[in-house]
Amino acid sequence: MATLEQRAGNAANEIDERFGSANFVKRSARKIFPDHWSFMLGEIALYSFIILLLTGTFLTLWFTPSQGEVVYEGSYVPLHGLTMSEAYASTLRISFDVRGGLIIRQIHHWAALIFAASMFVHASRVFFTGAFRKPRETNWLIGVGLITLTIIEGLLGYSLPDDLLSGTGFRIAEGVLLAIPLVGTYLSFFLFGGEFPGEDLIPRIYTMHVLLLPGIFLALITAHLMLVWYQKHTQYPGPGRTEKNTVGYPFFPVYTAKAGGFFFIVFGVTTLLSAFATINPIWLFGPYTPTQVTAGSQPDFYMGFLEGVLRLFPNWEIQAWGFTLPLNVLIPTLVIPGLLFTSMALYPMIERWVTGDNSEHHVLDRPRNVPTRTGLGVMAITTWLILLAAGANDVIAITFHLSINAITWFFRIAIFVVPPIAYVVTKRICLGLQRRDRDLVLHGRETGRIVRLPNGEMIEVHEPISETERYKLTAHQVPEPIQLEPSTDTNGIPRRRVLASKMRARASRFYFEDRVPPPTPSDTHELESSGHH
Amino acid sequence: MHEHEHEHEPMHDQPPSHRHGSTRTFVRLLTTPLRALSRRRRSRFAPLVLLLLGLAITGGAYAAVAPPPQAEASTGVASASIKEGRQLYLKNCSSCHGLNAEGTSDGPSLVGVGAAAVDFQVGTGRMPARQDGPQIQRKRVEFTQDEINAMAAYVASLGPGPAVPDKEQLDYADADAAEGGAIYRTNCSMCHNFAGKGGALSRGKYAPSLDGVSPKHIYEAMLTGPQSMPVFGDGTMPPEDKKAIIKYLKITEQEASPGGASLGKIGPVTEGAVGWLVGLGALIACAVWLGAKAR
Repeated sequence: MATLEQRAGNAANEIDERFGSANFVKRSARKIFPDHWSFMLGEIALYSFIILLLTGTFLTLWFTPSQGEVVYEGSYVPLHGLTMSEAYASTLRISFDVRGGLIIRQIHHWAALIFAASMFVHASRVFFTGAFRKPRETNWLIGVGLITLTIIEGLLGYSLPDDLLSGTGFRIAEGVLLAIPLVGTYLSFFLFGGEFPGEDLIPRIYTMHVLLLPGIFLALITAHLMLVWYQKHTQYPGPGRTEKNTVGYPFFPVYTAKAGGFFFIVFGVTTLLSAFATINPIWLFGPYTPTQVTAGSQPDFYMGFLEGVLRLFPNWEIQAWGFTLPLNVLIPTLVIPGLLFTSMALYPMIERWVTGDNSEHHVLDRPRNVPTRTGLGVMAITTWLILLAAGANDVIAITFHLSINAITWFFRIAIFVVPPIAYVVTKRICLGLQRRDRDLVLHGRETGRIVRLPNGEMIEVHEPISETERYKLTAHQVPEPIQLEPSTDTNGIPRRRVLASKMRARASRFYFEDRVPPPTPSDTHELESSGHH
Repeated sequence: MHEHEHEHEPMHDQPPSHRHGSTRTFVRLLTTPLRALSRRRRSRFAPLVLLLLGLAITGGAYAAVAPPPQAEASTGVASASIKEGRQLYLKNCSSCHGLNAEGTSDGPSLVGVGAAAVDFQVGTGRMPARQDGPQIQRKRVEFTQDEINAMAAYVASLGPGPAVPDKEQLDYADADAAEGGAIYRTNCSMCHNFAGKGGALSRGKYAPSLDGVSPKHIYEAMLTGPQSMPVFGDGTMPPEDKKAIIKYLKITEQEASPGGASLGKIGPVTEGAVGWLVGLGALIACAVWLGAKAR
């Protein structure tokens, strides 16, 4: 009778003889990953995606992607006898007549919100710690692509049940398409198969929602993870951590256990939320009919900032030669989001150009040590939050008994005023924190112990911080702004591209002008030789 | 049909009930005085008389063609009640609406608003109004139903208007809730929200929440169109439709939320907030906890 180990060994050997997998497993199992809670934010997104695939598959078993009209005869009485699309009727069936259907639907929708939210948070972590720097720009781009796709995928999922909010959402989408000059009408007719809403929309977006986009998601997520694996994970600064190593724990057994456990935590939290809180009560919205609309029509939060731009933008239109160019739709829904996403995607390249930093980075920045970037990030988040709030201006008005017009005007002004203030305040806080760090290294920690010297002088004893801490606080470098090159080279020949170098010098000054350099070894040495302060 | 013996008499002296007639009568009415006038063509008063005649004829024709007032508001109400209502009116309402309900700069005329308007406005506490603002709000009711009825009777006696719906009009037991929902979504939800939770209107005005509003008051609101609300008279929205709407609202108001906490039934805004603060919040807390475990 062979022992368990022997049997397992034999089985592994059988596999290895056929696939030569031992080498791969050995390398992979020993792959080292650094440990930090903030590295698990992206995992939340990954696990929510798996939950979405599982619950989504369940929903497809009963959902009918059709706009064919039926008379509802299911068990939800307040809709009994109404004419509605098969899509809406089958979603009602899932909610009320399929066992476990409602909670699976709610898990699917809550998981979608958590998926999108965790991506925003994960992207923020990557941004503020500078994890997007060389060599990881490609992965940043993939991430931006994934966020963009999430917004589209979410809109499609929101529209599939064909309830009153679904249709209202696509009514706006129709308006956006129609606003595009020259080809708008054609695009709209292509999408809807004729006039809105037509009968083709639901089947079409169903295929996109359950097949096309998930396929692209899977491909991009795989590429995203392979790049993390191949380029290795970044790590926070600390003793022994350099640009050439990775300090952490092996993939097996530490992270297999941790990641596996965390998956169940994510699934568990999502399920609990779905068990206790309603999401998207489509039976209250009613079936979509183009003649109906409801107060409080809002998109899910990931679309909220787009709704906000649309609600804030002034009512500008150009009318000429019998045509209308609706700038009030075109700019807020296509131009501004395009600019926002492009600048987000290009940020790593822009920062590299400004700093002239072409070296590889595997050790992360502490956000305070890069005040300008941190300030810009907070500025972007502030903008996003203002737009999100503006998208809910009617809900704010009714909840707090305010005038919707006043709120809209407040946000119209705030969108220009508040983000720059957020930038300046954040940058000042970062610089202050850096000065505090510097102080801590040079003077140690205040102990609160007051000692009276023989000559009567009272001093507070400062305790030097540990070596580890001191390393963390002094490991980073603070670059100097790039100096403007002279307009002629050493031979007196005028340089080319003077304008570009001027712009770059100016941008570099913007980034690095305010700096708090960390104490140098000679500074700290002085401290040690003179005893504490 | 009554013939007009004294054709030169001013028409407005005649009671409205005498003013129906065929085209022939109209032609006669028009031509006879003109013939009489033509004898003294140059009179200074001719234009004036013509004008008065024109007005009288137009008014008479309108009265003849227009349908009779829908509700006879004052039927069955004792004049004592009207008197009492007038006393209450003078004490509590007249400072804004005028001593004869003719309206002032502070409040509109109440002639012809009907008993339903009084019952709604006073019965929901909106009247007497507390303060100026974008909109007069629902608040504690300050009168007993008897007092409200008396004031309603007084206002109804001033001119015909919609009456307070009776028991039969409010009996929505047999109404079709699903159809009511469809009518509600077509006519009401754009302001009051899909679940009757209310919604914002321009400049601080709002469509109030319909939660806990009695069927009678919902009915009266549709009849009278208070504040920003349009009037849904029985001509545009038959009583059966009103009943259906009320039934739909009452059923959905009372039904248990099948999916757990309803989150206010105001759409995706609260869902987003819960998703971030509760869902993602809990997960980040777990991540921090797991991260701390490793050390």
